Amino acid sequence: MIPSQFDYVKVRSVDEAVAALTEHGEDAKLLAGGHSLLPIMKLRLAVPSVLIDISGIRDLSYVRVEGDEVAIGAGTRHFELERSEVARTEVPLLPHTAGRVGDPQVRHRGTLGGTVAHSDPASDLPTALLALGGTVVLQGPGGRREVPVTEFWTGFFETAMSPDELVVELRVPRTGTAGWGYEKFTRRENDWPIVAAAAVQGRVALANMGGSVLRASATEEALAGGASIADAAALADQGTSPTADMHADQEYRRHLARLLTRRALEKAAAA
Amino acid sequence: MQVSITVNGQQRTDEVEPRLLLAHYLRETCGLTATNIGCDSTSCGACTVVVDGLSVKSCTVLAAQTDGSQVTTLEGLSGPDGEMHPMQAAFRAEHGLQCGFCTPGMVMAAIGVLADNPDPSDREVREGLEGNLCRCTGYHNIVRAVRAAATSGPSAGQVPQAQEVQA
Ligand SMILES: Cc1cc2nc3c(=O)[nH]c(=O)nc-3n(C[C@H](O)[C@H](O)[C@H](O)COP(=O)(O)OP(=O)(O)OC[C@H]3O[C@@H](n4cnc5c(N)ncnc54)[C@H](O)[C@@H]3O)c2cc1C
Ligand code: FES
Ligand code: FES
Repeated sequence: MIPSQFDYVKVRSVDEAVAALTEHGEDAKLLAGGHSLLPIMKLRLAVPSVLIDISGIRDLSYVRVEGDEVAIGAGTRHFELERSEVARTEVPLLPHTAGRVGDPQVRHRGTLGGTVAHSDPASDLPTALLALGGTVVLQGPGGRREVPVTEFWTGFFETAMSPDELVVELRVPRTGTAGWGYEKFTRRENDWPIVAAAAVQGRVALANMGGSVLRASATEEALAGGASIADAAALADQGTSPTADMHADQEYRRHLARLLTRRALEKAAAA
Repeated sequence: MQVSITVNGQQRTDEVEPRLLLAHYLRETCGLTATNIGCDSTSCGACTVVVDGLSVKSCTVLAAQTDGSQVTTLEGLSGPDGEMHPMQAAFRAEHGLQCGFCTPGMVMAAIGVLADNPDPSDREVREGLEGNLCRCTGYHNIVRAVRAAATSGPSAGQVPQAQEVQA
């Protein structure tokens, strides 16, 4: 399968990327690792007329401590996040989750900014980021702005980002030695989650239980009110609207959400 | 557009369409047909090659994205005298293939497994090859081959003229 024709522009800086987005308008798409975009272009589900390759912007790839937060460049590839010593010490949930994405070849290409911008409700890293809290840093013609992760993913492949902006950084609170858990259920090891649950510091996020990644708020409230893990996890699917597909029907997804939430919370508590 | 890519140690410059996939560039532009296209959808790993020291699925990379890169395919593994790479030799000795369709991608991915971890357990080999499907062998002999290659020295985890694997 061959994508339809497009012009290819390689940019070397964030400013050049913003300028190219402004120039080419809505027909343009950013290309990072290409591991979500190229498959859908090959199926002609996306037919951008211009691809703006941002993978050559080297200063978008870093993981570093800044005050109480860890800042991660949008161009950081999944395998780089997985192996980052800073991430392993300061926010271990993230590198663990990065290691659960796809297979090694996918992790060698895919980027954090790409998976965040793509907004697939069945994606791993956005789920972990939503449980951690923090902000998505965007840059556009008007400069930089920050959007809390809780407001970023607005629906199925939809975000709070406008078409002339790009994700430049993710900022998450340092969790250090606080317990965490990530539970992902798949049929094949290198697949997207059928359902996944991330838990850290009393917050729980779920993958594939609705139009976007979402927080299990009923569980969080119950935990805050002193409920046991078992009782709180039994509420994990409240307020969710999972879809049915060949892997699982809605009731099975609800069951998985409760089960995986309990396991993730138990892991977090055991640390 | 023009791309300059070092393929198996030889630098070449070609005029390509931006939409040309690396797998097609290697097979059709370069005439290197060891790299197979199986699923064409990033699932089977048959098209795995090594780009700048990292295993990638060439059906999901544009040739344009590898402009300025070093690409190694199965053809680039053997020495000038035709001597097999230690990973190829191990696949042969341990019967790590039957029909051979998955083999070029499997060998390239397996080199990547040893680049990350020079002495993997059976489980680590299986996890490292999770992106590569084989319809014939049932994987046992592939795992054996990779572990045998690991005992043959560090070159089993390297491609010739490889640059340092980025960490
Ligand atoms: C076989 C396979 C298995 C996979 N398995 C999993 C899995 O188990 N779990 C999982 O979570 N994911 C999985 N993925 C998806 C993978 O994580 C992708 O790499 C990721 O979703 C997208 O990152 P990318 O850098 O490749 O983005 P691209 O494909 O380059 O881009 C994706 C979208 O984001 C936009 N974009 C990219 N970068 C930016 C930016 N900085 N700012 C604004 N917009 C941007 C693009 O325009 C495009 O619309 C899998 C993919 C494949 C092919
Ligand atoms: S042909 Fe590329 S992964 Fe199957
Ligand atoms: S040997 Fe036939 S597919 Fe692997």
